[in-house]
Amino acid sequence: MEHILSVQNLTRTYSSAGQTLTVLDNVSFDIQAGGTAAIVGPSGSGKTTLLGLCAGLDRASSGSVYLNQIRLDDLSEDERASVRNAHVGFIFQSFQLLPTLTAVENIMVPLELRGEAGVRGLAMELLERVGLADRSHHYPVQLSGGEQQRVAMARAFVNKPKILFADEPTGNLDAETSQKVEDLLFELNREAGTTLVVVTHDLELAAHTGRIIRLKGGKIVNE
Amino acid sequence: MNIEKYKWLWRMAWRDSRRSRSRLLLFTSSIILGVAALVAINSFEDNLREEINGEARELLGADLMISNNQAFNDSALAFMDSLGGVQANEMYFASMVYFPKNNGTRLVQVRALEGEYPFYGEIETLPAEVSRTFSEGRNALVDQTLMLQYDVEVGDSVKIGRMMFRIAGKLLRVPGQSGITATVTSPVYIPLKYLEQTDLVQKGSRINYMRYYKFDDNRDVEKMMKALEPRMRVLNLRYDTVEEKKRDTSRAFANLSDFLNLVGFVALLLGCVGVASAVHIYSKEKTDTVAVLRCLGATGTQAFSIFLLQIGGMGFLGSVAGAFLGSQIQTILPAVLRDFLPFEANFGVSVEAILEGIAVGSLISLLFALLPLLAIRRISPLSAIRASFQSEKTGTDYVRWAVAVLIGLFIFGFAWLQMGKWTNAMIFTLSLLGAFLLLTGLAWLTMQGVRKYFPSRWNYLWRQSLANLYRPNNMTITLIVSIGLGTGLISTLYFVQGLLVETVAISDKGDLPNMVLFDIQTSQKKEIADITRSYGFPVIQQVPVVTMRLDSLNGISRVELLADTATGVSSWTLNREYRVTFRDTLIDTEKLVEGEWHGKAGDVIYISLEEGFGKESMKVKIGDEIVFDVQGVPVKTVVGSFRKVDFQRVQTNFLVVFPTGVLEDAPQFHVLITKVGSQESSAKYQQQIAREYPNVSLIDLGLILSTVEEVLDKVSFVIRFMAMFSIFTGLIVLIGSVIISRYQRIQESVLLRTLGASRRQILIINALEYLVLGGLAAFSGIILALLSTWGLAVFTFETAFVPDILPAFVVFFIITGLTVLIGLSNSRGVLSNPPLEILRKEA
Repeated sequence: MEHILSVQNLTRTYSSAGQTLTVLDNVSFDIQAGGTAAIVGPSGSGKTTLLGLCAGLDRASSGSVYLNQIRLDDLSEDERASVRNAHVGFIFQSFQLLPTLTAVENIMVPLELRGEAGVRGLAMELLERVGLADRSHHYPVQLSGGEQQRVAMARAFVNKPKILFADEPTGNLDAETSQKVEDLLFELNREAGTTLVVVTHDLELAAHTGRIIRLKGGKIVNE
Repeated sequence: MNIEKYKWLWRMAWRDSRRSRSRLLLFTSSIILGVAALVAINSFEDNLREEINGEARELLGADLMISNNQAFNDSALAFMDSLGGVQANEMYFASMVYFPKNNGTRLVQVRALEGEYPFYGEIETLPAEVSRTFSEGRNALVDQTLMLQYDVEVGDSVKIGRMMFRIAGKLLRVPGQSGITATVTSPVYIPLKYLEQTDLVQKGSRINYMRYYKFDDNRDVEKMMKALEPRMRVLNLRYDTVEEKKRDTSRAFANLSDFLNLVGFVALLLGCVGVASAVHIYSKEKTDTVAVLRCLGATGTQAFSIFLLQIGGMGFLGSVAGAFLGSQIQTILPAVLRDFLPFEANFGVSVEAILEGIAVGSLISLLFALLPLLAIRRISPLSAIRASFQSEKTGTDYVRWAVAVLIGLFIFGFAWLQMGKWTNAMIFTLSLLGAFLLLTGLAWLTMQGVRKYFPSRWNYLWRQSLANLYRPNNMTITLIVSIGLGTGLISTLYFVQGLLVETVAISDKGDLPNMVLFDIQTSQKKEIADITRSYGFPVIQQVPVVTMRLDSLNGISRVELLADTATGVSSWTLNREYRVTFRDTLIDTEKLVEGEWHGKAGDVIYISLEEGFGKESMKVKIGDEIVFDVQGVPVKTVVGSFRKVDFQRVQTNFLVVFPTGVLEDAPQFHVLITKVGSQESSAKYQQQIAREYPNVSLIDLGLILSTVEEVLDKVSFVIRFMAMFSIFTGLIVLIGSVIISRYQRIQESVLLRTLGASRRQILIINALEYLVLGGLAAFSGIILALLSTWGLAVFTFETAFVPDILPAFVVFFIITGLTVLIGLSNSRGVLSNPPLEILRKEA
């Protein structure tokens, strides 16, 4: 099976107060299309940095990332944005719904960004799928944390991404809500056949994925 | 980008604005007043131009006016008669009038009229009909303000010269004359046929002669007079046509409205500073939204465009609102400018001014908003997953620099358009930049100073409130610049007004003279000196004055010189009537700068000229020959010396001084200078002189002072009206910034309350912060005003500047008080409700 994500010798350093800080150090791995994987590790191990690089949100200091066979580090910021819009879905720890848009409008954004018209129906379908059809006109501030994360999931799947990155998707939720969100995430993922990469502290959540990549001090220590 | 993507940008801008529309409106409110000021002034100017075109003939009151400052000679009269048409005559001069009702005396402008003038428009009087009938008897029309000042009514008497007139009516308005002119000159009209009997027309009297024409044959007066110009020059006649009057009036008002426009533009720029700072905070708050959009695939340009559309749209709406307000304000401008208008003004809306206001407002607010908004392009999508992520510096943003340059060019261009001179526009732009830099510098220094040097031992409340001055998203610089500039404008106005009044008033202090009597005949000289001394007033100076005209310069006759414009000798120099004195010594307001002083005349008559006049206007040097026509007798003189004269002192200063031994027997009049004491003795003295010597005119420095104050009051009322736009804009920016930072403030205050702070403590923290902010803004503005007034005093008025501190204090306390009041009104809710309730409500 082909690799949807291929990371080769990835290093990311930051300059801070005149010193160079290596956050990721020569990391390499591949993820197959349709699979699920978790990146785990303690705080400061470089998980979020790795996620950012894999999704083309940031540029590596050295090494390369191939997403759906496209080499990201050769692309400009706008070209990477276009790749994200076409192939990537995101779920964030703090939900990151646009506070000024209603639930349904939030879901419509990725499709509208592509220039597609008449997407409200599709957005409503997904909203119904996550059980929030009756809250379509509510703003994020009028929704609970769990509801916001469900809207965020609907938004993540609306553009039928090849790969979905989830950054601590249950990190801001209580245990009961976390379980529900987690179940829904895997269910939607199965239905869509999307590759799922989860960054998490939660080893129970990680255990649900097909593969666990452990990071420590910016290096992969164990798979 | 396909069309759907464009549509989405608009949709997104609209959707995103829904939750922040009230705050977006706040940005726009800062530019409303600035645009309103521009639209009001421009509308007013457009209307005025139309009015001037429509009423041009009423401004002159005739088709043509020919004038001279000496009686028309026979050839002039023959020439003027030959022009045909209906004619009317007027003579005017300064003279004392006496109101027997209350023994009041006053120097006025006596205007003696004969014929049907004005041919167009009306001399407006109360009762109305007397303007046409007063010349039938021994009647006078007296300026309404003068009547009010001297408490005289229609039916009372006024003595002019040796003759008593009945006041037939109150003079309300004269064609072509504004309220300001009336304040300075106080006109009194009498029929020309009685002028002779007043005994005021004597040798040496300064009288202006005018003849008015009305032509019924549709001739092109402008063209006709152009053709007659050489003849007019030889006859020493001046003329004024309707077109000329139209041009003069338009030019005068263009200058006034250009100035007012620039004041309005400053208000708009202040508002734009408010917009820029509000957009700065707005775009910072939008970081998460932009980061998420970028994660979802939006490009930097798309994200930037969403907010650009919002801000641009709001700027447009603000400009439209401003234009609407401006079109309302312009209806009250005629009332504000009443004293400057030479006619009753009726004004309508000017579409051109409204469109221009909307365009200027939208563009300049967008340019200012772009400065902070451009940062949106550089927000990294990584911010969405890492809250603390800050984009690494990626070098100079040339687009921002380009926008800053565009703003500078726009300001310069606008000023150039208004002023017509690029040098003035450059000075305006640089001054504005200087003011901005000075205020920004002061604000920055304060923030740094407080941060570094504030004693850590001080009370917590002080430390907390002052720390607010440099916290993230602080508005310290914005508020100090906007309120400071407004305060600076107002204070400069007060200082300059004080400076001008002081310049005149200083002459009234100490032993300096404060009253001048002129037109004293030789036979009256001794008696008037005796009367002066009998009141205990000193005769400081009594000088003879002989009137003469120029006959030739270095052998070239006046007529030849007039015909040859290449000589550079001004026609004013050649045509004027010279008032010359003779004495054997220099006086203390003069200094010899070149040549030799000759006190007594020998074989050659050496005269002394004022340096600037001699060298620049007359183009002569030491040893040149000048022949004067002393009332029919040619007197040959040689330039012996040049003097520098201090004209600011109340003294009789002369451009030309003869030595003794030449003019003693020539017809002459005298000027007496004295210093009068109390108001009461001064009034009695003036009454006696006016009663017994009606030909003598008297200038009371106290009266000049009060006239100067009155004129300045009227001028400064208009400027204050315009400066108010800046002050109110500053306050709107303040209100805006207070509301924008409300949530941040509330979170802090709630946290403090949760930690146990009392209402009083929170109140003190907030009050102290606004006290420092307001105080600093007001102080900075006053510093700016002191600097600019000092500059004006030294370089423009050439006088020393001693600031009047009292108005500065008043301005300081008002501005500081208002700032504290507005600031505290923001924290009312926090003080009176439980912390959790507030947090829920605000979230």
